[in-house]
Amino acid sequence: MTPAPLSALFLREIRAARRIGGGGTMGVVFFLILVTIVPFAIGPDLNLLSRIGPAILWIAALLATLLGLDRLFQADHEDGSLDLMLTGDTPLELIVLVKCLAHWTVTGLPLVVAAPLFGLMLALEPEALFGVTISLLAGTPALGMLGAIGAALTVTLRRGGLLMAILVLPLAIPVLIFGVSAAGAANSATTPFMTPFLILCALSLATLAAAPFAVAAALRHMSE
Amino acid sequence: MTDRMEKAPFPETRLIASGLTLRRGDRLLVEGLDFDLANGQALIVTGPNGTGKSTLLRGLAGFLPPARGRVRGIFAGEEERGAGALAHYLGHVEGSKPALTARENLHFWQSMLALPGLGSGLSPDEALTQLGVPQVAGLPVAYLSAGQKRRVGLARLLIAPRPIWILDEPLTALDAAGQDLLNAMLRDHLAAGGLIVAATHAPLAIAARQLSLGSREVAA
Repeated sequence: MTPAPLSALFLREIRAARRIGGGGTMGVVFFLILVTIVPFAIGPDLNLLSRIGPAILWIAALLATLLGLDRLFQADHEDGSLDLMLTGDTPLELIVLVKCLAHWTVTGLPLVVAAPLFGLMLALEPEALFGVTISLLAGTPALGMLGAIGAALTVTLRRGGLLMAILVLPLAIPVLIFGVSAAGAANSATTPFMTPFLILCALSLATLAAAPFAVAAALRHMSE
Repeated sequence: MTDRMEKAPFPETRLIASGLTLRRGDRLLVEGLDFDLANGQALIVTGPNGTGKSTLLRGLAGFLPPARGRVRGIFAGEEERGAGALAHYLGHVEGSKPALTARENLHFWQSMLALPGLGSGLSPDEALTQLGVPQVAGLPVAYLSAGQKRRVGLARLLIAPRPIWILDEPLTALDAAGQDLLNAMLRDHLAAGGLIVAATHAPLAIAARQLSLGSREVAA
């Protein structure tokens, strides 16, 4: 009895990420440090902090997402797994999707869970904490999928992390705009919450559907 | 290795290269290559460094699209989308995740590379025992020596039966006993009706056709 290839891949990714230790905890610690630094720079103005808090959390989450992404396909490229996966029966697009889901589970999900705790440090109201958390839950998959495109394009470059960030950050701007406006709207009576939130969900779903094809095309080209 | 011989032999399989031309950057490394391998046949590719042995194997496995010509894999009378889908490819790196144990790596490749209709092959522990390294099953691959890593990579060929083996320098890092084991493995695979394409500098103890790359340069 052998499990289906995709569930075996998911388990392998989670195991490898946990055993290396980096992945999730590193991202959360980086997230924490970014969120902690901001009040030092801005000063102890609680009103100001709670007003810009959602934006700070979103920017920190965006940078923390980028942190581990450069190894997403590079490790598989270096140890030869990527070549072998091409000889399997499973389409590369599905392999990419499963790898991204596993990556999000170990790096994106911990950020979402940590966001309400770290939001307290920025004097966020309960409604804003809820808004930030739910918008991160809806938006981080889009960040991960966009990042995967950058990771695939830089898979053969030794120090591709910076180039990847330069490629990915401009693409992430729409996600950031709608993410922050959904998070900010949660505790404001004047701006609607659902409109930016639904657009954010749409961005995540669209990248989930389209990015695997872009990533797989890039990987096929790079493996030559 | 008798348990492998008792297995049903592979169905009719052919690996055909016709007019295969491969390019690396702007260098033409393989030009107009034709061959036709059938069940139980092996092709050994030799040639000095940099004459395109690895490029040829990567082209056969489908990682490198040919500049001209084509590679066809025919399995049980049906044309496959590429020979790679029928093949085990063993390159310079074995495709093992350093953080995972040898057993976990092999389990993963077993489910990833199993071909429908060819059975499930040996279990990871059986394959490692056959390669003479049963003690490494529970160890992370990062802790293994180069020769042990190579044996774990070779164990992958036994856990998911695939008719075509594409081997790039399979003897690398193996000790004398390991080389004997590999030669026995190759003979068993041919006896079961498998196909082998191997690039090597050291001689392999199997009956095989020879392809010498770069000989034109020597002649000129």
